[in-house]
Amino acid sequence: MAIAHEFAGTEPAAHVPHTYRGDHLLVAGMVEPGSRVLDVGCGDGDLLRLLEARGVDGRGIELSREGVNRCVAKGLAVIQGDADTDLADYPDDAFDYVILSQTLQATRQPRVVLEHMLRIGRHGIVSFPNFGHWRMRLQLLLKGQMPRTEGLPATWYDTANIHFCTIKDFVQLCDEVDARMDRAVALNTWGTPLRFNAPWWFWNLFGEQGVFLLSRAGKAR
Amino acid sequence: MVNLYPVPSQRADVQERVREADHPSSHVVTFGADQPLQLDCGIALSPFQIAYQTYGELNAERTNAILICHALTGDQHVANTHPVTGKGGWWDTLVGPGLPIDTDRYFVICSNVIGGCMGSSGPFSTNPQTGQVWGLDFPFITIPDMVRAQAMLIDHLGIETLFCVAGGSMGGMQVLQWASAYPQRVFSALPVACSTRHSAQNIAFHEVGRQAVMADPEWKGGRYFAEGTRPRRGLAVARMAAHITYLSDPALHRKFGRRLQDREVPTFSFDADFEVESYLRHQGSSFVERFDANSYLYLTRAMDYLDLAADHDGVLAEAFRNTRTRFCVVSFTSDWLFPTTESRAIVHALNAGGARVSFAEIETDKGHDAFLLDVPEFFDIVRAFLDSGGAARGLIRKG
Repeated sequence: MAIAHEFAGTEPAAHVPHTYRGDHLLVAGMVEPGSRVLDVGCGDGDLLRLLEARGVDGRGIELSREGVNRCVAKGLAVIQGDADTDLADYPDDAFDYVILSQTLQATRQPRVVLEHMLRIGRHGIVSFPNFGHWRMRLQLLLKGQMPRTEGLPATWYDTANIHFCTIKDFVQLCDEVDARMDRAVALNTWGTPLRFNAPWWFWNLFGEQGVFLLSRAGKAR
Repeated sequence: MVNLYPVPSQRADVQERVREADHPSSHVVTFGADQPLQLDCGIALSPFQIAYQTYGELNAERTNAILICHALTGDQHVANTHPVTGKGGWWDTLVGPGLPIDTDRYFVICSNVIGGCMGSSGPFSTNPQTGQVWGLDFPFITIPDMVRAQAMLIDHLGIETLFCVAGGSMGGMQVLQWASAYPQRVFSALPVACSTRHSAQNIAFHEVGRQAVMADPEWKGGRYFAEGTRPRRGLAVARMAAHITYLSDPALHRKFGRRLQDREVPTFSFDADFEVESYLRHQGSSFVERFDANSYLYLTRAMDYLDLAADHDGVLAEAFRNTRTRFCVVSFTSDWLFPTTESRAIVHALNAGGARVSFAEIETDKGHDAFLLDVPEFFDIVRAFLDSGGAARGLIRKG
């Protein structure tokens, strides 16, 4: 499927402000309108808002009280909760999609969270910053310090992102948890997708973010 | 020593209060012998009456009604001057034109609960069978009984589905009971600072209050109205104890600290040396002017008996199974009477049932009372929740 198709479905409705982040538009484009979605780590609710504007029945979990209250004040159905502990309470196939938008790298047990995601949702969508990007590699190589970028400005000791990975690492994890990659996109610094047919090493070097649409590989496990 | 509870003419005072209980300064609907209220205790209460206030206009489609459920010592006077105290309504910062519960947009109803003392049938009303005040002959009531009576009022007003049912504390308990018992009649629900069951600690505090009332010799075994007395001291002590549970340690400390009341040094007496003592005494003595002691006993008992999970084989999620109601659960960080863990249990149950639920815990040091106070973050959430529900219900155009 060509990249052009990925954006075909994300054409914002007239009343939606055009300030959505590139990765949010891409994630929203992967969701079938009218489906039930759980956004784990929904932050200020920008993605949920975009999804609701597209006719999606969205729910959110957010760790920070401030984030939750801002979401609820936007009229979104969001509750305070922790991806590491609360996903276990959700029944199988409770949602059509479970989204981890810039969340996975902030969890204590990314693999367990990913497995719950695949269990609770028929589909999973994961977006994360790629630590294999050339600027990260260059900073570590030349400065010998943990990389910091505009997108990830926190120092190593106060960042919420405790489990960074590269696109290559994530592909490997998907294999380990039996996740099927239905779609994979790498975004550059400006939030636009890289060439679709580029090889993995190219994405891993030039993609600043990875966005993956997943589902369970086997019906029964 | 100062007498905190001056008693000028008790008999005249009692008669005046009974007048408000029987002929309140509110709308009243009386349900006759053909429409008894079937109570959980097994008795069919008939006839009975409900006193209620309304604000705003019901739209032609009858879809914009919000029912507000009041707390233990609240009443139907949400947003108007109180006929007894002359003070503003208990939620007049939240309910009114342009306010979060916008009476320009919604038709707001609030009724005095069954068992109350402001015009709905209760222990201080006149028993039509005897012509005497009910007193302890009034049947025991429960939270589901209160809600059943409200549903009859809503029927009487010709409203099929409520746009929202909202309330805090005992009011929030009624909201949850509404959503559980009449899911198809509740489009959205806003339970605030509440729980689906009373904890042992909650029951314990209520028991202290009840014992204080009953230990007052002027309670006269519950027949004080006939003797022309009122258990003012007992009820005031009950209120003082309860009032502490509505606040928080930091709030009390911030408000009063260890400051002395109108004096430089302690008096070495049991006079109200400390500001906090003076404050509590004032809370107690002003409360007895507007509330009936037996009503306090009945309503605290009703709260104690609530346990929604127990009504559904111990599984709370079953109380909200397949609900289509939109929920917004709100708790306050410093509320130790109905702590956040209670609200979280509600949210878990609703989630398990697939309900559309929002949950916000609001940071404040004002304790349980926060739901009645000016907490801007709470107001924003109420407004946004109603706005999004209003858009989904077609009451507000999406903009």
